[in-house]
Amino acid sequence: MSLEGKTPLSTYAPNTWCPGCGNFGLLSAVKQVLLHLKEDNKLHQVVLVSGIGCHAKIVDYLAVNSFYSIHGRVLPVAWGIKMANPSLIVIGHAGDGDAYGEGISHLIFAAKRNTDLTFLVHNNRVYGLTTGQFTPTSPKKFKGRSTPFGSPEEPLNPIEIMLASKATFVARSYVGRPKHLAYIIKEAIKHPGFAFIDVLQPCYTFFNTYNFYNQYVREIPPSHPRENLEAALELARRWDYGEKAQEIPIGIFYQIKRPTFEEEALIKKHPSFDLKAYVAQNHS
Amino acid sequence: MDKKGLSLSTPLKMQKKFEINILFGGQAGDGIRQLGTLWAKLLAKRGLYVFLYDDYPSLIRGGHNFSIVRAANYPVETHKDQVDLIVALDLETINRHHHHLSEKGFILSEGKTSQGFSLPWSKTVKEAGVPRIMKNTVALGSLAKFCGISFEELSQVVKKLPQAEKNLEMAQKGYNLIPQTISLPSLPEEKRFLFYGNEAIALGAVAAGLKFYIAYPMTPASSILHYLAARRETFGVNVIHPENEIAAVLAALGSAYTGSPAMVGTSGGGFALMVEALSLSAQAEIPITFVECQRPGPSTGVPTYTMQGDLEFVLHAGHGEFPRVVLAPGDAFQAFYLTALALSLAWRYQIPTFILSDKHLSESLFCQNLPEKIPQISYKKWHKKDEYQRYSFEEDGISPLAFPGDKRAVVKATSYEHDPFGITTEEAEMIARMQAKRLKKENLLLQETEKLLETKGPERVPALVCWGSSKGAVQEVCKALGLRFIQPLVLRPFPKRALEKALAPASKVIVCETNATGQLAKLLKYHDLEVDEVILRYDGRPFTTDSLKKKVEPLI
Repeated sequence: MSLEGKTPLSTYAPNTWCPGCGNFGLLSAVKQVLLHLKEDNKLHQVVLVSGIGCHAKIVDYLAVNSFYSIHGRVLPVAWGIKMANPSLIVIGHAGDGDAYGEGISHLIFAAKRNTDLTFLVHNNRVYGLTTGQFTPTSPKKFKGRSTPFGSPEEPLNPIEIMLASKATFVARSYVGRPKHLAYIIKEAIKHPGFAFIDVLQPCYTFFNTYNFYNQYVREIPPSHPRENLEAALELARRWDYGEKAQEIPIGIFYQIKRPTFEEEALIKKHPSFDLKAYVAQNHS
Repeated sequence: MDKKGLSLSTPLKMQKKFEINILFGGQAGDGIRQLGTLWAKLLAKRGLYVFLYDDYPSLIRGGHNFSIVRAANYPVETHKDQVDLIVALDLETINRHHHHLSEKGFILSEGKTSQGFSLPWSKTVKEAGVPRIMKNTVALGSLAKFCGISFEELSQVVKKLPQAEKNLEMAQKGYNLIPQTISLPSLPEEKRFLFYGNEAIALGAVAAGLKFYIAYPMTPASSILHYLAARRETFGVNVIHPENEIAAVLAALGSAYTGSPAMVGTSGGGFALMVEALSLSAQAEIPITFVECQRPGPSTGVPTYTMQGDLEFVLHAGHGEFPRVVLAPGDAFQAFYLTALALSLAWRYQIPTFILSDKHLSESLFCQNLPEKIPQISYKKWHKKDEYQRYSFEEDGISPLAFPGDKRAVVKATSYEHDPFGITTEEAEMIARMQAKRLKKENLLLQETEKLLETKGPERVPALVCWGSSKGAVQEVCKALGLRFIQPLVLRPFPKRALEKALAPASKVIVCETNATGQLAKLLKYHDLEVDEVILRYDGRPFTTDSLKKKVEPLI
């Protein structure tokens, strides 16, 4: 028996996403990027880390190294992997419940410390696997199974949060634009530092937003000054993850260079340690 | 020293059994612990055995701190309530502790006293224009002279301090304030070292091959973090302080997944936050070592005091059923050895392992040697023959390890129940096989850990059974009263047969622990072992030899 499935990079695990699920688009974009890494003989260096939810099944569907972790905790696991072996290419996958609910502290800190990872949020703005509750990015008044009379809360704007948290690469893409998505993922992997991508990804069963996104998504023009925080914030505020939109910008909002956590914080030397001599010197 | 205390005329060298107990007290910020530690070092250099107990409230400045240093010409691993000398850096020290002073004891202080010397330490510091904290060095100087220690000896210790010159000057001034009053023996110097419990834990981990220590500050575990962080380059260990305990344990698991051994340390409240990831480590079979330094709970409890209250918590924490190792050291030697062993077992069996310490062990100073043989991290390696299966079925339940970056292996770790490749499964047969695979390790483990039992003294007498930091006091009481001493070092897998054997000849079984419900006693009873009496202390303080002895005597 082998792990490999019928198509390149796939496994024998049967795919259990709903027909029409936005995760399919994301899977194919990720595959495309991984195939490039395979051509560059780097596939064995890739580690995918996932949380829990529909998004997380992606690691079962790809024959690459992976750590299927727990809900909300993708980033600390990914960080630990990267710190322990900085030569690995670590790609985190999380749902919006994972990234913006259960684990939001980790998200803010990953951005703050600029750990060298790529982080893809499969943002469908609804809990899918737990069958349809509101998430931190659901629009206000969203009627889910836990809020049958409408969510009382304003949605978070994760792009703004990431900009405020000093992330060095902040992007948004949409599974309905597969080429764009693959391009953004590639750029994110290339970026030395914390690369954040909010991927708009409709849940066909519980929150079908295909038409909405198709209508309002606009690619950020090349003239946008990527290293300008004010310009990035202005773009980010054009859509508040509410029910209505005039325009939903997708692309790279912000990108700057800053030393990574791994460069700054890890020890540089691994000298041989003589316990007996050390203890005699320091503990008598 | 007997209970009558110090005697001016007796040359102490001549006494067969010698010990001296000194209480150092003052405000937080007075450098009381440093003063105690320097005194302990000074006497350890004379070849004496020393032990330091540190008592401090949870605040930064003010309040009342004290350290008790016991020194003897025989091994001591705990302190006594009654002291022979009080070195009081403030008046409150005398008010609080004078009733602990032995009849013929002395007080060295700045106030007027009929029982000792009044010494102008603050004035000395002020006149010299040095920082106020150096009052502790002046006091050390006075104490050394009082005890007949040469200035040469004293300066060996003082010159290692930062601002050595000024400190030496202050020590000299303190030395000149007082006449020599008593004398202390010295022993031929043997190789013994001074370790705080947490330093021993840290060093044991380093010696076993630790690569990452990841921890969020929490008393009384924080000094592991501080000790390692300050020496990370020397030890070759990365030391990381993340946003919370949840991140700490998950980053540690990420590290171990790549083959890089990691340990986390915290107290009960922090460990509560780590419990979800404990269960993940079990499902994913990722080696990890937890250090849980207990303090009185529930909840925030009493942060800077001690309690053995988390045994049941650590034995049972985590959802689902899985093997684990819980080791409970009782002194620095055991802390060093068992921490190395905890890492070694975690990696050989791919399981979570625990060091269960508490404030009394973690923050007391011990004078001991190090073990000759130190357990090392090793693991079952993948032979790179067939396609790699992270969770392959093996006779012993232990699947070989490969790590990401290996061109021939795809390494899939997971929190879900899974098949041998690490792909999620919901198949009945696979679920049952994997559950059994993981649990299989427990029997193997038991064979290896069962022997971790300390026993001393005659057999057909009452036995005192203890665990963890109660060891020092219990051991000494056993010796004094001619009782059997029994200390299981491992509490899971439970060493039932070994304990059964050890307890069988005892005329009576008395369990001593510093918690309110007798958690070890309950564990023994659960495993059908008889317990006759339970001695508990749950006021946040450890057993002292004199107080414990009084509680044991009526029971035997």
